[in-house]
Amino acid sequence: MTKLQVRVWRGGADGSFQPFEVPRQASQSVLDAVTYIQRVLDPTLAYRFACRVGMCGSCAMTVNGVARWTCRTHVDKVARDGRLEIAPLRSLPVVRDLVTDMREFFDKWSRAKGVFRGARSRRDAFARVAPRSAQRLSVEAGIECIGCAVCYASCDVVAQNPAYLGPAALNRAWTLLNDVRDVTQAERLRAVAGDAGCHACHSQMGCTERCPKGIAPTASIAGLKRAAAKALLAGAL
Amino acid sequence: MSARHETLLWVAQRASAALLALCVVVHLATMIYAIQGGLTAAEILGRTRGNPGWLAFYSLFVAAIAVHAPIGLRPVLGEWLRWRGMSREVFLVALALALAVLGMRAVLGMFG
Ligand code: SF4
Ligand code: SF4
Ligand code: FES
Repeated sequence: MTKLQVRVWRGGADGSFQPFEVPRQASQSVLDAVTYIQRVLDPTLAYRFACRVGMCGSCAMTVNGVARWTCRTHVDKVARDGRLEIAPLRSLPVVRDLVTDMREFFDKWSRAKGVFRGARSRRDAFARVAPRSAQRLSVEAGIECIGCAVCYASCDVVAQNPAYLGPAALNRAWTLLNDVRDVTQAERLRAVAGDAGCHACHSQMGCTERCPKGIAPTASIAGLKRAAAKALLAGAL
Repeated sequence: MSARHETLLWVAQRASAALLALCVVVHLATMIYAIQGGLTAAEILGRTRGNPGWLAFYSLFVAAIAVHAPIGLRPVLGEWLRWRGMSREVFLVALALALAVLGMRAVLGMFG
């Protein structure tokens, strides 16, 4: 049976890679390889996963230098000469081994006003949103985000400016900005257009290139920039 | 900095970029056209001196540069040198003024 040579990050920020040999299997995912190590070779290995089918967003790691969702990444696709190097996501504090502290990532969602606030109660009628309207289609393009932080770890601006809200939080803000039922749009625009917000994006599309859900946060951020400019010119920012 | 301030800078950056695109094309096209068959400084000055059209055009060009370059440098200073806050803004305003003064000196030299 052929073996995979897998180097896995161990310890905190000042840790190092530890080599393992993992039996190669058909249709093996990177997460399968990590799970094999934890179950068979070293039960002290810390890593995260939940759904194994690309829905929960908890299994993202840096695989051969690139941020990926490991449960849906085939070893075939990413191994180089039968070698894998697996590290925690970039730009997030390492708790231990492959586990990062994602608090800052999600705190930024709330700083970007990523929470829906409507005005209707359950006694009111349903809002009617035309499914093919431009705004609804903008929501559609960004709404399937699973919060995996692959985009965040792939963004050089996040790496250079730790205050930058980042692609996921800004994409979330954009989907809400296009939600006609939401009543906190002015506040949201002010929250996302500050110096750590949408204008800091360089539009180089690292996030868009890597998002496993095919979302284009760059386009969402460009939308926020335009919306902020419009609001400014209308005296509403 | 506030959302207003950042957005204003973004709009200024886009507007000055649009102007620059136009100015650079006109500038280059004019140079290529004028230089055919060789050209001396005296000939150039002969055309630009006292010409209010060129004065207006190059003043606009300088203004666009004075706005565009400092705004573009701003994130570079922030991300590479971690230089943010008021001192950075003061430096960039000084840079904008320096570009405007030096640029206008050249423009006026060409006009007068
Ligand atoms: S496009 Fe913007 S958000 Fe996306 S990786 Fe580049 S700088 Fe980051
Ligand atoms: S936008 Fe894509 S890469 Fe970013 S958190 Fe959402 S699903 Fe993950
Ligand atoms: S384990 Fe849920 S997305 Fe990978």
